[in-house]
Amino acid sequence: MRVLVCVKRVPFTGGKMVLNAESTALETKHLGFTISPHEECGVEEAVRLIESAGGESVVLTLGPQAAVEQLRDAMALGIDRAIHLQTDGREADGQATAAAITEAIRSDEAASGPFDLIFFGSESADAGGYQVGIRVAYALDRPCVTGLKGLKVEGSTVRCEQDAGGGRDAYVVPLPAVVTVKEGLNLPRYPSVPGRMRAARKPVVTSTPIRAEARLEMVRLAVPGGPGRKTELLGRGADAAPAVVEMMRKAGVL
Amino acid sequence: MSTVLVLMEDGDPSLQALTLARTFGEPRTVRMAAVEPFAPNAVAAVLEMAADELGAVAVFAAGSDRGNDVMARLAARTDLPLAANCIAATPGDPVALTRQRWGGSLLEEALLRSPRPLITVAPHTIAAIDRGAPPEVDVAQLLARVDPKDLVVRVSEHVAPPGGGVSLAEAKVVVSGGRGVGSKEGFAIIEELALLLDAHVGCSRVVTSAGWRPHSDQVGQTGTKISPDLYIACGISGATQHMAGCKGAKRILAINADAEAPIMSLADYSVVGDLKEIVPAISAEIRKSR
Repeated sequence: MRVLVCVKRVPFTGGKMVLNAESTALETKHLGFTISPHEECGVEEAVRLIESAGGESVVLTLGPQAAVEQLRDAMALGIDRAIHLQTDGREADGQATAAAITEAIRSDEAASGPFDLIFFGSESADAGGYQVGIRVAYALDRPCVTGLKGLKVEGSTVRCEQDAGGGRDAYVVPLPAVVTVKEGLNLPRYPSVPGRMRAARKPVVTSTPIRAEARLEMVRLAVPGGPGRKTELLGRGADAAPAVVEMMRKAGVL
Repeated sequence: MSTVLVLMEDGDPSLQALTLARTFGEPRTVRMAAVEPFAPNAVAAVLEMAADELGAVAVFAAGSDRGNDVMARLAARTDLPLAANCIAATPGDPVALTRQRWGGSLLEEALLRSPRPLITVAPHTIAAIDRGAPPEVDVAQLLARVDPKDLVVRVSEHVAPPGGGVSLAEAKVVVSGGRGVGSKEGFAIIEELALLLDAHVGCSRVVTSAGWRPHSDQVGQTGTKISPDLYIACGISGATQHMAGCKGAKRILAINADAEAPIMSLADYSVVGDLKEIVPAISAEIRKSR
C-alpha cells in the first residue's frame, strides 16, 4: 500500500494574535511552528496504515524553506520520505496550492505507482479555505470524503465516518481515494529520539513550483475588534465560592 | 435584477447566507436534501446545472461542514475560486470580502476575482433578515442528468450517537478543565461540579493531546464550538485556539492560578487561585444552598 499525507506549516499562536507592521501576516518572530492540527492526525493515520499493511508513506508540503522542519517532524513519527514544494513564503490561494500539489502527485505516481490513499486536513488552522483536498481529488478524478473522524481500509474500499447530527455518517468508497481528516480521528503519538535520528537521514525531494496568480487575493489582516468582555473579579481562592454561586443564580443556571 | 443561487440546509446559518446573498441579487434556492442519501458531488453537479440555467451571478451557502464541502466541489468542478467562511461581501468585480481565519480569531480582507463568485458565510456572524422563503429551483429534471459517477461518494449509513444526554455543542452549561487540572484523575472535581449543574464536561486541546479526555470533549478551533449560557474554564490559559471554541458563550467564568493568564481578561468573571480548592468549594456551596 502507498499513502501520501499533505501537511501545512502553521505557527503556534498562543494567547494573542499579533500582526506584522503591514498587517499582511502574523508576527511570527517569537512563535514556534507546527503541522496544522487536523493534519497531525493524517500523519498518524498514514503511519498506522503502513505499520499494519506494509508499503510506503510519503509526506508533502507546499511552503517556505523552513517547512522542512514539519516534514522532518512527520518522518520522525514514521513517514518514509518527503516531497517539499518550496515557496518564497508568500501564501498561495486554494486553487494555486491544489494545482501545485496535483502536479507533484502526478509526477511521483508516474515514478513510483499510484497512492491508494491521499490524506489532507479538513482545513488549515490559519487560512481555513476548506478546499485543497477536494480540488486535488477532482483533478485526479478520485472519490473524496471530508472531515473524517473514523477511517478503515476494507480490501479495495475505505469506510469513512464523519460527524453528522450528533452521530456519524458513513461512506464506503473505492480506492484509490482522497480523504480530508479532522482532529479526533486518532491520538497522534509523540516522536521518539531514535525516530528523530532516523528522520534526519530520510530523503526530502525539493522542487519550486511556479506560483499562479491568486484569484482569491488576501489584501490585509485584522484582529477582530469590538468591546470584548468586561471582567469582574469574584474573589480569590475558595472564599470566592459564595460569590460564584450568587452569579450562577443570577445567570439562571442553578 | 440578476439571480443568485443559495444552497439551503435546515437552521439559521443558511438563513444568514441567504441574507448576504440578497445583496447580490434575487435569490433562488436548492436544498441540500435534494439528493437523498446525501451525495456531495451530486449536489455540486445540481448546483452547477442550476447556476448555468439561471445565469446565476453568484452561489452562496452556509459555512457548515456540508456547505463548505459541497461548495468546494462546485469550485473544483467549475475551476473557480471559493471564499469560505465570509462575514461580509460587497458585489462588484472583484468582490471585496471579509473572511474568517484561525476559526474567527483573525479576519482577512480579500478580493475575489471570478465570473461567478462562490461564497460560504461563517455561521452566526451576520444577522438573518427574514423576507420569506425565495422560490426553490425545480431540481427533478436536473437530478435526472446527474452523472452516476457523482453518486459514488454517498452516505451509506447513519450511526446514531451513543445514547443519552445533550451534546457538548448544545449544553446550557459547560465546565471545562485545562492543563491546570494536572491529570486525568484531576477531572473528578470538574465532573462533580458538572453533575451538580447538569452541565457537560469540556476541556482544552492540551488535555485531549495528553489523552486525559476524549477529543469529543474538546472545546476549541479544532474541537467543538459551543454557545452555553455559562462556560466555566478551570486551569485554561485562554489560547486563541481555545477561545475560538467558547467565544459564543453568554457568560464565561475563568478560574486560574495565574491572574495574568489571557483568559482572565477575556472572561466575564474571574476567580484567582488553586482550582483544586476553588472547584470543590463551589460544589459544596451549591449543595449547601439546596
